[in-house]
Amino acid sequence: MSLPVPYPAEFARQLLRDMLRIRRLEERAAELYGEGKIRGFLHLYIGQEAVAVGALHALGPGDAVVATYREHGHALLQGVSMNAIMAEMYGRREGCSRGRGGSMHLFDARTRFFGGNAIVGGGLPLAVGLALAERMQGGTRLAACFFGEGALAEGAAAESLNLAALWQLPVLFCCENNLYAMGTALARSQAQTDLCAKVQAFKVPARSVDGMDVVAVYEATRMAVEQMHAGHGPCFLEFRTYRFRAHSMFDPELYRDKAEVEAWKKRGPIHTYSAQLKAQGLLDETGLDALEAEASAEVEAAVAFAEAGSLEPVEDLLRDVYTPERTP
Amino acid sequence: MIRTTYREALREGLREALARDPRVFLMGEDVGRYGGTYAVSKGLLEEFGEQRIRDTPLSELSFVAAGIGAALGGMRPIVEVMTVNFSLLALDPLMNTAATLRHMSGGQFSVPLVLRMATGAGRQLAAQHSHSLEGWYAHIPGLKILAPATLEDARGMLWPALQDPDPVLIFEHSTLYNLEGVLDEGAAVDIHSARVRREGRDLTLVTYGGSLGKALAAAGQLAGEGISVEVIDLRVLHPLDDATLMASVRRTRRLLVVDEGWRSGSLAAEIIARVVEQGFYELDAPPARVCSQEVPVPYAKHLEEAALPQVPGIVAAARELLGRG
Ligand SMILES: Cc1ncc(C[n+]2csc(CCOP(=O)(O)OP(=O)(O)O)c2C)c(N)n1
Repeated sequence: MSLPVPYPAEFARQLLRDMLRIRRLEERAAELYGEGKIRGFLHLYIGQEAVAVGALHALGPGDAVVATYREHGHALLQGVSMNAIMAEMYGRREGCSRGRGGSMHLFDARTRFFGGNAIVGGGLPLAVGLALAERMQGGTRLAACFFGEGALAEGAAAESLNLAALWQLPVLFCCENNLYAMGTALARSQAQTDLCAKVQAFKVPARSVDGMDVVAVYEATRMAVEQMHAGHGPCFLEFRTYRFRAHSMFDPELYRDKAEVEAWKKRGPIHTYSAQLKAQGLLDETGLDALEAEASAEVEAAVAFAEAGSLEPVEDLLRDVYTPERTP
Repeated sequence: MIRTTYREALREGLREALARDPRVFLMGEDVGRYGGTYAVSKGLLEEFGEQRIRDTPLSELSFVAAGIGAALGGMRPIVEVMTVNFSLLALDPLMNTAATLRHMSGGQFSVPLVLRMATGAGRQLAAQHSHSLEGWYAHIPGLKILAPATLEDARGMLWPALQDPDPVLIFEHSTLYNLEGVLDEGAAVDIHSARVRREGRDLTLVTYGGSLGKALAAAGQLAGEGISVEVIDLRVLHPLDDATLMASVRRTRRLLVVDEGWRSGSLAAEIIARVVEQGFYELDAPPARVCSQEVPVPYAKHLEEAALPQVPGIVAAARELLGRG
């Protein structure tokens, strides 16, 4: 999809800039993982950047976002600083979850980023509740949740779609269909592989979108958001995408062949979009270099920030199990 | 002082909370039109409307999780789950989200959710409607577990639970709903401490919820034999009020725990461990416990009775502790 409306050049470049920020952040995270600086589970989003960037640019300020364990990109685009994300992966006190969450549990109250959830399907009903709270308080903000196609096999997903449709709540269900749930292809785990058909059975309007095309993602999300603001209850968007890396750093990736990965890489969202911008005269080689340099500088600054960060004292181990009594 | 029932006391607590704070709402299966499985919310739909008394589909997982989301979003949801057995369908959001979110987010998000559910046996409902799993929930850091055993607590625990910024689970023993008595409207109710329900010198009997009545009955019987039993109602199963427990055991030097949960890995085991850890040398006898038999609760009345702690068993255990077996 080429630009349907002439976006201001600055906005067009912003989409590219943000995809680059996510990509470089994660490539660096993978290196740091190799060095043992980042531990635990690390799920990379490489290849799927167009989804977080396109979708989150279409959401309004204050809209709540719930994501999965593959959420570095969503957190960043919702406005969590790269410093705080990197520090969190380092397990530092300066991290967005004070080092308690790590890669899979980024949280940020200020930007209404509600995780960072590692229970497949668990985020969907949370978004339903956030939307319910908003509507009961007379607000107009939406709640968006991001999840993989694997989540649609969970009962939580079916229950959430039903509840959101029944109560006509403004929940934007953003399904990132990257074809595999860990190593299980969609067709090996779900009888109905037409996800939109599955969801429409719950009376939730659904649309399938090219998730490798940031503009298509942005436009589809913008339209869904408009529709939801008009009061039509929930929406479901299936973004057809692909992850170029393994499921996590522990995955030997025996379930898909190299040719398939290579074929998808040809459609990589960053190089196709930058080529498009160049063709449209919105970007030249120098401009692209500048964006690259910017992204790398931000990443290196984040690494330095994390390196310089402190460790939560062990004496504080039990903090934040319960909320401290408020002093009146 | 008013004459009322446990059920009505709960309803009064709900009504007050709904009236006091517009952020409060109740949701769950059959809480609206039907009036609540145990008729607790009867009439509230007419009084407060569909927005605030919300019937939900049969979807424990999602409506409990939606309650968590609503709490995060600024509301004060009271979610009712019919019985603790069905709460297992929502164990994931309760354990993995409600209990952990504050910690995982480095203290950014509290989950001011209140979950109410029925627990316990005694009505011949068989295994899938009769279990006492509050001890399991009391195992989970991040949750607060309450067990109102009196009319005052039935009415009064809800509001402080709603004021609490963290998830609070309230377990209502299903045999208590019809409990009738005089409610002391002036009674102080908190959600932190245990209470001495009967003073005594010879033995500390610790219990909670549906077993309180049996414990008091046993204490009454033992008094006739010259054994003076102090009965402590835990009220708050997590975090436990060690201070009240220890103060009593230091005086009586003997401990008996009555818990409707299964014996292995029970709350009773935890209480005994704590008392032994903190007061081993002050004990005059090994602590004892009366728990449910380790069997899924059976339907047949005699079997159900045999599976649960009963007054004669409590009396016998107390005598044993005092060397009068
Ligand atoms: C309830 C639950 N079951 C299993 C897992 C283990 N697990 C983690 S990610 C994953 C695959 C999920 O696939 P999908 O939803 O398609 O998301 P993707 O990883 O492709 O982004 C599984 C099975 C989990 N985290 N939670």
